[in-house]
Amino acid sequence: MSGTGPNFVPRSLPGGRSSSDISHHVLSVLVENRAGVLARVAQLFSRRGYNIYSLAVAPTDDERFSRLTVVVDLESVTLEQITKQLHKLINVIKITEIDPLDAVEQELLLAVVAADVQTRSQILELAGIFGAKVLDVGLERLTLALADTPEKLDDFTELIKIFGIVEVQRTGRVALAKLNRSGPRSGVSRGKAS
Amino acid sequence: MKLTGAQALIKSLEMQGVEVMFGLPGGAILPVYDPIIDSPIRHILVRHEQGAGHMAEGYAQATNKPGVAMVTSGPAATNIVTPLANAYMDSTPMVVITGQVATSSIGTDAFQEADTTGITMSITKHNWLVTDASELPEVVAEAFHVATTGRPGPVLIDLPKDVSNQMMDWYWPEIVDLPGYKPNTKGHPRSIASAARMIKEASRPVFYVGGGVLKANGSAALAALVAKTGIPVVTTLMARGAFPDDHPLCLAMPGMHGNYTAVTAMQKADLLIALGARFDDRVTGKVSGFAPGAKIIHVDIDPAELGKVRKPDVPIVGDVRLVIEDLIEALDRGEAGEMPQADLEGWIRQIQAWQELNPLSYDRDPSDGSLKPQYVVETLSSLTPDGTILASGVGQHQMWASQYWRFNHPNTWVNSGGLGTMGYAIPAAIGAKVGRPDKMVWAVDGDGCFQMTAQELVTASAERIPVKIALLNNAYLGMVRQWQEMFYQERYSEVYLSPDLPDYVKWAEAMGCVAFRVESQEEVAPAIEKANEINDKPVVIEFRIDSREKVFPMVPSGASNDEIVLGPKYGGAS
Repeated sequence: MSGTGPNFVPRSLPGGRSSSDISHHVLSVLVENRAGVLARVAQLFSRRGYNIYSLAVAPTDDERFSRLTVVVDLESVTLEQITKQLHKLINVIKITEIDPLDAVEQELLLAVVAADVQTRSQILELAGIFGAKVLDVGLERLTLALADTPEKLDDFTELIKIFGIVEVQRTGRVALAKLNRSGPRSGVSRGKAS
Repeated sequence: MKLTGAQALIKSLEMQGVEVMFGLPGGAILPVYDPIIDSPIRHILVRHEQGAGHMAEGYAQATNKPGVAMVTSGPAATNIVTPLANAYMDSTPMVVITGQVATSSIGTDAFQEADTTGITMSITKHNWLVTDASELPEVVAEAFHVATTGRPGPVLIDLPKDVSNQMMDWYWPEIVDLPGYKPNTKGHPRSIASAARMIKEASRPVFYVGGGVLKANGSAALAALVAKTGIPVVTTLMARGAFPDDHPLCLAMPGMHGNYTAVTAMQKADLLIALGARFDDRVTGKVSGFAPGAKIIHVDIDPAELGKVRKPDVPIVGDVRLVIEDLIEALDRGEAGEMPQADLEGWIRQIQAWQELNPLSYDRDPSDGSLKPQYVVETLSSLTPDGTILASGVGQHQMWASQYWRFNHPNTWVNSGGLGTMGYAIPAAIGAKVGRPDKMVWAVDGDGCFQMTAQELVTASAERIPVKIALLNNAYLGMVRQWQEMFYQERYSEVYLSPDLPDYVKWAEAMGCVAFRVESQEEVAPAIEKANEINDKPVVIEFRIDSREKVFPMVPSGASNDEIVLGPKYGGAS
């Protein structure tokens, strides 16, 4: 039936984990660094019924601009419609669609884990394997920090659950397109500007 | 030159060529009302801020120039929210200036404080909170640029009181540079070429013309394209007048209350060429059942409209007038130029047969002597000068106006389409008359609508703006009554308004208008002729119409356009 908009077919991802669900897609949005820009983007998503899975905002090296990394949920609407509507915001400069398979992604996780005398060393061992840092140590708790891909954060969260998670806080991912490592002939442009 | 922010704002409006603004002063905007005394800009003092907004819209719809409204903070700003939403839905260029509490008080729940930029974010193309007077000329230039270019729309400038009083060094920006706003006006040549080929091949094509053609000043270009191709045209509610009703290829309005031929021609078409139209639900009916056999060429200045509702076979982003002009050329060039135009004779004959079979019809000679609203509109249309501007509110009277008025000129139809704002007619007619004092301006209004914004007739009297109101009084919220009759088993809930409470003639007279009441068919023409003679005052004619009359044809909500309900047939019509 041609009665609806074009369907976006995301590439299938391995594992089917929560933070890389196939209906999720990453938009890197360059915006003017002005008061209220985040509200404009957030209100657009809310007004049009688009779902934000996660959102990270920070200034870029050029102080006139900020970069929003938005992980959008594409269950009800096409990515094309979202990017077109975003482009209508006067403060939006550029939107880059980043395929999770062609991107480097990082997310920061902070976790407070129950750690008594018996379990503390096991937790520290696990932290060591994942490259997590110990930020704070209490009598029966540890606060850990891990910056890695969203999938690694999922794995880590799963494993420390055994010991008892008191609190977890994640930032939402930031992402950039992968760099081109092949010669000019076979080079594939990563992340297409919409 | 040192100016206050307030002076800089007014001077910036003068630099933009603003001739008139509609507004109402108050605390936070007080500083700006002082330099208005010395400005050549005409300020029209309204009686309610909603009126200021709709007047600015009516002005813009009649002139294709941006309308300007100015009000104070808080409740004034919230009162103008409806016009902003209305202008956003109908892509009407409008610049609204609101006062705001002083920057030091923002966020403290100060007296008459409202988060105006926050509230209006989703119903403006863009808005600005000015925090330094030196930004003002730049912001005003940007605001007019954004409002009038690309897909036009409303913008808002929120101006804190202390910024109005702050001193600044005057300058005027020569160019506007918004890095995130570069509307694309020129259609892609390859898409235009493939559209040209598709047009040559189509045997059942229809031009689906929307309000964008009017916004782009594209009526003349459209006439040339129709002359070249011989393809029939439907004009949506927002596009009435973009193509003349008197043209034999004009099928007039499609959609929920469109005529049978316009609706059916689209349903049976093999090609729809959508020009500045957005596949609104009131046009498409159930989307999956809309024009099932048609390929789509969709031309729009707003890329987000392409594929939003129906995926086009050929999407073209661009200014619709420029694209039409390119398309006319492309029909003679390249591959398309060598192709013969498919024979449309059978299609045109089919369309004429539909027109003869199912014309718009109503009871022209009711046995009970009741006055039919369609008769009033038809008579009004025939007794007013060519080029008369017609405004309307929202509801049954709006549909009868669109159906039975003969629109033959662009920008002569001023109505609220997308938002469906009751009460639009009176202020919008006033704004239209201010913008086009050379034209006669009539409004067709309903009794429900009239009661929402009638106070602006005081503005019209005080400012000597001689608009004429044809009030179709059926003592009901008629469209709601129609739905309750048809879809709620005649269970009428809260729709009765009474024919004589208020007494509309006395009320109109109290507001400084000339007013009379018409109760029978014979009185209609003399009353209209009398009203046409009056040029120094607003006129209100109250027509006591048959309250049982319904708008037909009708596509029930959620149904496919194939399920169009024609209503009762009247012999000897047309």
